[in-house]
Amino acid sequence: MFSSLKDKVGQVLLPGDEFTFDTEDTISLTTPVKPEKVVCGPGLRRSGDRLQVCKSGVLRHKAPNMFWMDSQQRRYVPVKGETVIGIVTVKSGDIFKVDFGGSEQASLSYLAFEGATKRNRPNVQVGDLVFAQFVVANKDMEPELVCVDSGGRANGMGVFGGGGLLFTVSLGLVRRLLSPQSDLMQDLQKLFPCELVVGMNGRLWVRSSSTQRTLIIANLLQSCETMTAPQRKALFARVAEGTL
Amino acid sequence: MMEVCGSSNVTMREFGCEQSLLSRPDGSASFIQGVRERSQEQCVRETCEASLLLSLHPRSSLTLILQVLHDDGSLLSCSLNAACMALMDAGLPMSCLFCGVTCAIDADGQIITDPTAAQEKESRALMTFAIDSKECRVLMSDTKGSFSVNELQQCIAVSQKASQKIFQFYRDSVSRRYSKNL
Repeated sequence: MFSSLKDKVGQVLLPGDEFTFDTEDTISLTTPVKPEKVVCGPGLRRSGDRLQVCKSGVLRHKAPNMFWMDSQQRRYVPVKGETVIGIVTVKSGDIFKVDFGGSEQASLSYLAFEGATKRNRPNVQVGDLVFAQFVVANKDMEPELVCVDSGGRANGMGVFGGGGLLFTVSLGLVRRLLSPQSDLMQDLQKLFPCELVVGMNGRLWVRSSSTQRTLIIANLLQSCETMTAPQRKALFARVAEGTL
Repeated sequence: MMEVCGSSNVTMREFGCEQSLLSRPDGSASFIQGVRERSQEQCVRETCEASLLLSLHPRSSLTLILQVLHDDGSLLSCSLNAACMALMDAGLPMSCLFCGVTCAIDADGQIITDPTAAQEKESRALMTFAIDSKECRVLMSDTKGSFSVNELQQCIAVSQKASQKIFQFYRDSVSRRYSKNL
């Protein structure tokens, strides 16, 4: 199965495509048989002894044995450990309800901020933007967010905003921005200095030195979704010259 | 024209959820809520429920909006195909794909696939089947008119063959969509 998966890496697969274990024609009695382990990421499901594709997309591979479907979608499904940008909608007692664009709202405790105690409550109002990570995120329970990491430090998370622009893009673009060797990020860095907060739920927040520059960067990022790399470089070059 | 609003939260109103009200996103106000529209909605809904992995989204509601821009026959199978492509595009986990094929039997006994509105009117029987992609089985069937068992079997066979072309079209469309990022 490992070999049949590897053959299809980089190809577009649709839901319903299956991978089965190949049964060897001759089983060797002398050489030891190594059990092959395949780690399935998002978009692949195991049903019995078969591997089924359940989302359409491109099959990707990371050494040594990790496979997943790289699909484009706009709707976010919460995953534990991912950092997202949320908007505080309700402030009731000890918990804030945060809307992150999923099927239900996540809860954020007031103690989950750096340096927050029962006497020293954090200054969070309804409508504020928070950058938080999921600590509970499965299909059966209400998602929970925290603004501290496991060591109790904020590490960039918490309330932010004021003067910037929040907009939505597809999840694929966000992953491209956050990947380690991202051309998109490098091109963006050469343009104008700006602050950029990237949430894995497809939300981006931008603030630059002037409103016009902020809008330019927001429009560029939204249009990058449908552009190939050369087109994007040409567009960025035109913006850098100041002709747009 | 299709749109899928992925899983949204559902509070305790189960009765409201079962109604599956169809509002008019284009702003038109004519109230056509006939039995035929409702039965078409049910057909599409049953097929979608059969192929989606619903257990991954408990306590959520999925809204599927189908907007008819132009109707020249085979409306139900067109809706099924559009629904499948929209669900795939939205990234909802599915166990298999499905497609809709319409067959009409005209007065001479000829089987016509994908009939136009004029051909549908003159036909003696009209059948729509939803076929799944993994084993080419019939997921849903909607028939009108009189026909024999033999003709039904023939229509199913013809539909299964035609469904391969539709699945190939899905594959080509999705490949084209992902070709820019490859």
